[in-house]
Amino acid sequence: MLEIKNLSVSIDGHSILDNLNLSVKPGEVHAIMGPNGSGKSTLASVIAGRDEYDVNGGKIEYQGEDLLDLDPHERAHKGVFLAFQYPVEIPGVSMTNFMKAAINEKRKALGQDPVVAKDFLKMIKEKMALVKMDPKLMSRSLNEGFSGGEKKRNEILQMAMLEPKLAIMDETDSGLDIDALRIVANGVNSLRTSENAFVVITHYQRLLDYIVPDYVHILYNGQIVKSGDKSLALELDDKGYEWVKEEVNA
Amino acid sequence: MHDDDKLIEKATTGEYRYGFVTDIEQETAPKGLSEDTIRFISAKKEEPEWMLEWRLKAFKTWQQMTEPDWVNVHYPKIDFQDIIYYAGAKKKPQYESLDEVDPELLRTYEKLGIPVEEQKMLAGVAVDFVMDSESVLTTFKKQLKEFGVIFCSISEAIKEYPELIQKHLGSVVPTRDNYYAALNSAVFSDGSFVYVPKGVRCPMELSTYFRINAENTGQFERTLIIAEDDSYVSYLEGCTAPMRDENQLHAAVVELVAQDRAEIKYSTVQNWYPGNSEGKGGIYNFVTKRGLCNGVESKISWTQVETGSAITWKYPSCILKGDRSIGEFYSVAVTNNFQQADTGTKMIHIGKNTKSRIVSKGISAGKSQNSYRGLVQMHKTAKNAYNFSQCDSLLIGDKCGAHTFPYLEVKNSSAQVEHEATTSKIGEDMLFYCNQRGLSDEEAVNLIINGYCKEVFRHLPMEFAVEAQNLLAISLEGSVG
Ligand SMILES: Nc1ncnc2c1ncn2[C@@H]1O[C@H](COP(=O)(O)OP(=O)(O)OP(=O)(O)O)[C@@H](O)[C@H]1O
Ligand SMILES: [Mg+2]
Repeated sequence: MLEIKNLSVSIDGHSILDNLNLSVKPGEVHAIMGPNGSGKSTLASVIAGRDEYDVNGGKIEYQGEDLLDLDPHERAHKGVFLAFQYPVEIPGVSMTNFMKAAINEKRKALGQDPVVAKDFLKMIKEKMALVKMDPKLMSRSLNEGFSGGEKKRNEILQMAMLEPKLAIMDETDSGLDIDALRIVANGVNSLRTSENAFVVITHYQRLLDYIVPDYVHILYNGQIVKSGDKSLALELDDKGYEWVKEEVNA
Repeated sequence: MHDDDKLIEKATTGEYRYGFVTDIEQETAPKGLSEDTIRFISAKKEEPEWMLEWRLKAFKTWQQMTEPDWVNVHYPKIDFQDIIYYAGAKKKPQYESLDEVDPELLRTYEKLGIPVEEQKMLAGVAVDFVMDSESVLTTFKKQLKEFGVIFCSISEAIKEYPELIQKHLGSVVPTRDNYYAALNSAVFSDGSFVYVPKGVRCPMELSTYFRINAENTGQFERTLIIAEDDSYVSYLEGCTAPMRDENQLHAAVVELVAQDRAEIKYSTVQNWYPGNSEGKGGIYNFVTKRGLCNGVESKISWTQVETGSAITWKYPSCILKGDRSIGEFYSVAVTNNFQQADTGTKMIHIGKNTKSRIVSKGISAGKSQNSYRGLVQMHKTAKNAYNFSQCDSLLIGDKCGAHTFPYLEVKNSSAQVEHEATTSKIGEDMLFYCNQRGLSDEEAVNLIINGYCKEVFRHLPMEFAVEAQNLLAISLEGSVG
């Protein structure tokens, strides 16, 4: 589903990703871990199409298509979703209106009619229950004045509404209390099918107790330097990153 | 290329839709301004002697005044001798019905989207159409008359209803009020007159479309609306002009009078030609609009959507004289490219328990400058008066500017004033977030702008709220990307 080959990315001439490779198949969950500043969010942003990054080499193939050729909103229409590490506040636009616009744009791109208001309301209610979101937040300006945890939960709510094929979650667990973490993880698990895939960026093994990954990758110095199964996350939790760095630098 | 540069580059690609010229035979006054010009205009309009005297007096006043320089806009000095002060069609100027209208004019209506065609007429909107210096068509006049409502051009009113005009013209905006008001009083050409008698609720929306067509011509419209006790009227004006390289002057005066418990809703969708993307051409829009809440519990509300003009200088105001009277001002002002807007309102509280509410939403894109200037005055007599002001600015890109100048004068300690202000920016982060959810840049901007302006659009007559939304979308087309 997602094939990243020898991807090199820089910003303002400063290299961040360097010959990175990653392969994700439908139905899989991949966890990406790595020290601060190692390039995890950069990878997520480049997949989603943020254009302030310069892609200097390599390619990203998604469902057999060259992803780098598409505008960010076109990637979204094709099922790429990014749960932001720092969700943005949109003044004056309610979550309800925002989601309606998002869903309708996607439907338009797929040649479908706009969603019927009744179905939309039913769906938003359902998904709100899934992440136990306070309905009051729906009519407020999107993310404006939301608490850190509310913002993160709102990202998952949007993910549930848009039903992506490839969902990238950038530190969705940071800032969540224990209960919220469980709610979000259950939400994600209930969305899992054999057709979609998740890339979960996290610093904490804790999340992976709930969302069990098929693979764990360590991103360091702009490359994936180590991959393994879920036991790799446990090992990191235990020993930190020093040993990985030593191995790489040796 | 960096994103902010791109924002600005794309900001210059939105196109003005009403830039065409109507080819119609016109008669104009000789260029320049003198007593003779004023006599010419007055004679063309077959005005009574008192009107000419009134104009000449205003001209003397104007000659003693100087152009204001306190406004936060910049433009080369206007040569008042280089302007034509009157342009009217050679043929019969005032039509009685649509069938008589010059087909060239009909095409003009069509292109402007003016609701004169049957279908929209059924929607119950009466229209007065003013091209350059003359009113050419007023629809539904007869039907309105049955309710006692007078809706006609001001020229006609001067002849037909001299006592009403003599009583009210200049009563809210005195000639010497300001430089442009004095100029307008001397040379005003046409505009609308509305009179709603006691106890009458005007059965339809009234609207005037102002159109500048002729070259080198200034438009000096004059509008007067009088709502007697317990009456109600909702009025809307729309404005467009052809695209020309020279700047053209539009200096209007609008006066509203609301008597006991009367209510006037005045809405404006101003879309004068803003000049091209390099800042060449466009209308100078210098307007004095003021409403007098003369009666107890009277109410005047101004709603404006300002997207056009190279320069806008305009402060629709309310004088809250009657006890418990209410003044409202709802405004969306958009500037793009090199446009400059200095707009806002004045709420003058004189009566007891008077209330006012100001909601101003500025949107700046390109290299434009957008200023809000608001004055809230609580006189000694304004016991328990209350004002609420909300002034928001939205920036698109970072070469534009937004400025807020709230002035406050409180002379009664029981008066209450609340002020809120915010500034936000549609930045790269916000757009990318929307993109990621499947919205293109343009859709994202529209969504954000419409959310931002909701509170103002809500106050527009329904038929025009959609128009205003589309207008905004067009004005900001390509302002990001
Ligand atoms: N706009 C930018 N300009 C300059 N440097 C940048 C920019 N964006 C990211 N970087 C740098 O790129 C590197 C990778 O950043 P990135 O946000 O991808 O790290 P991360 O792995 O997500 O870190 P964290 O765990 O702290 O979220 C960092 O050193 C960061 O400072
Ligand atoms: Mg990060």
